[in-house]
Amino acid sequence: MRTDARALDVQGQLRRSEARRRYTRWVGRALVYALMTFLALLFMLPIFWMASTSLKMPQEIFAWPPEWIPSEPQWGNYAEAFGKYPLARYMLNSAILVLANIIGGLISTPIIAYGFARFDFPGKHVLFLLMLSTMMVPGHIKLIPMFWLYQKLGLIDTYWPLILPAFFGNPFFIFLMTQFIRTIPRDLDDAARIDGAGAWGILYRIIIPLSRPALTVVVVFTFVWVWNDFLEPIIFLRDWNSYPISVGLAFFQGRYSVEWHLFMGATLVSIIPILVVYFFAQRHLIGGLASIGIKG
Amino acid sequence: MLTFWRSMTAQERRNAKTGYLALSPWMIGFVIFYAFPILATFYFSLTQWTLVDQPVWIGLDNYVRMFTRDPLFASSLKATSLFVALSLPLKLVLGLMLALLLNLKIPGMDFFRTVFFIPAVISGVAVSLMWIWFLQPDTGVVNTLLSYVGVQGPYWFWDRDWALPSVAIMSIWKVGGAAIIYLAGLQNIPAHLYEAAEIDGAGKWRRFWRITLPLLTPTLFFQLIIELIDAFKIFTEAFVITKGGPLKATYFFLYYFYEEAFRNFNMGYASALALFLLIVIMSCTVFVYRTSNRWVYYEN
Repeated sequence: MRTDARALDVQGQLRRSEARRRYTRWVGRALVYALMTFLALLFMLPIFWMASTSLKMPQEIFAWPPEWIPSEPQWGNYAEAFGKYPLARYMLNSAILVLANIIGGLISTPIIAYGFARFDFPGKHVLFLLMLSTMMVPGHIKLIPMFWLYQKLGLIDTYWPLILPAFFGNPFFIFLMTQFIRTIPRDLDDAARIDGAGAWGILYRIIIPLSRPALTVVVVFTFVWVWNDFLEPIIFLRDWNSYPISVGLAFFQGRYSVEWHLFMGATLVSIIPILVVYFFAQRHLIGGLASIGIKG
Repeated sequence: MLTFWRSMTAQERRNAKTGYLALSPWMIGFVIFYAFPILATFYFSLTQWTLVDQPVWIGLDNYVRMFTRDPLFASSLKATSLFVALSLPLKLVLGLMLALLLNLKIPGMDFFRTVFFIPAVISGVAVSLMWIWFLQPDTGVVNTLLSYVGVQGPYWFWDRDWALPSVAIMSIWKVGGAAIIYLAGLQNIPAHLYEAAEIDGAGKWRRFWRITLPLLTPTLFFQLIIELIDAFKIFTEAFVITKGGPLKATYFFLYYFYEEAFRNFNMGYASALALFLLIVIMSCTVFVYRTSNRWVYYEN
């Protein structure tokens, strides 16, 4: 009897501790969700405030206490912003620059990375290290000499200074792609070679189709970087009709600083393409970035 | 090199030729976009030159002026260092804390990851404009919320003492970018290590200090270098929001360089500034790299 009682007690204890564990886990999760929700709201506040302002009437903008959500959302503000500022024009300019840079990156990156990943030749190791070290060189050092060179070539105020570098390979993309190609089994190359494919045939038929995750990173990062670029366009472009959206926005600010409702609408519109690309690509991005393996 | 080349078989030589051919775009690009600009900047930094005339050789005069009689050089260097010292440690630590939260295996985390990463993908110009409005002293959200709890908010970007911290706070808003890199690092840590530690009776803190942190040091190292270079290059915020003010409080180094080069066309002096910043960034990188073997843990 005594043993039975003790056994029962053990079971009861187990049950109790299991319940306690479930309870603490539940509390822990609730706390985490509460914290995350609070932080997320805090982080989204500037964006929310921008959206809210963009839908207000002019007299509501400086009202106190401020209205969090405008009582009558003024959707017409957006039409007014598009009519008042050459927003469409600037976004089109940015789109052209993005597209040209993506084409450049998609052509140059696989070729160069293929050279690093699949061929042996004297000096390869040194060249690879040199390529990696250029990643650390800050872009500002190029500005004066390149400005001088582009001026000599008559390319100031054209898109060439903002497009050309992409065709010579970005070191970050080359590194990423080289690491990626190294994970593709060489057996596939050999099989294609037996079928009569040359070195470039293998690149085109085997390597490029299998490198889609890495190429996705090239496309998305190029999109974000070029769309957001500011310093180079303000230096190499003069005519304000050719400005990309980033420079265009900064340019409005100096001129129409009182119309915050229109201005916040324009800013919001300018980030929508980036957000769309980000939402569609984020899964590939994290996978693609993990493949660089920031390890030893 | 030549004898080496002769010692190779025909097949090896063909291989090598294809390799060089594949690398040729990068090699040409290296000469045009890296080697030439760095050498040219060095040469221009020893001249007086306004772009329209020919560069006039003045030796080390630009550097002498920089170090002895240019208060703007000193103040812009101070503002930039202050910004680096303020934003970098906060971004590294808060980024790690955020990544640890986002790494919890509970439903709905994908949503939060998306939310926190959004600020990191928006352009510097859009972010700056948004924050000008967000931190308006009288009708901005932050000061309104502060006024609800009876605190008189500062003038943020428009106050000499608050402008630089405001820019730092704004840069910390983009901490999600760092968190995502940490997250990739965290997910590379093998789960069996945690299981083994748990069997050995190691608590949560112990597991963090003994497993997570050591195995994350390569990521931390990578992140430190990236953020360091980035922080030194702060420019857009100063250009869009403060124009370097008030009273030069946010007159960052790159903004000074930009004004010297492309507003005043003092190309010779600006080249000296550019080279100085390059050397500072490179030395910091090399320093971090050199000391890294003391604190970065590599598995093999």
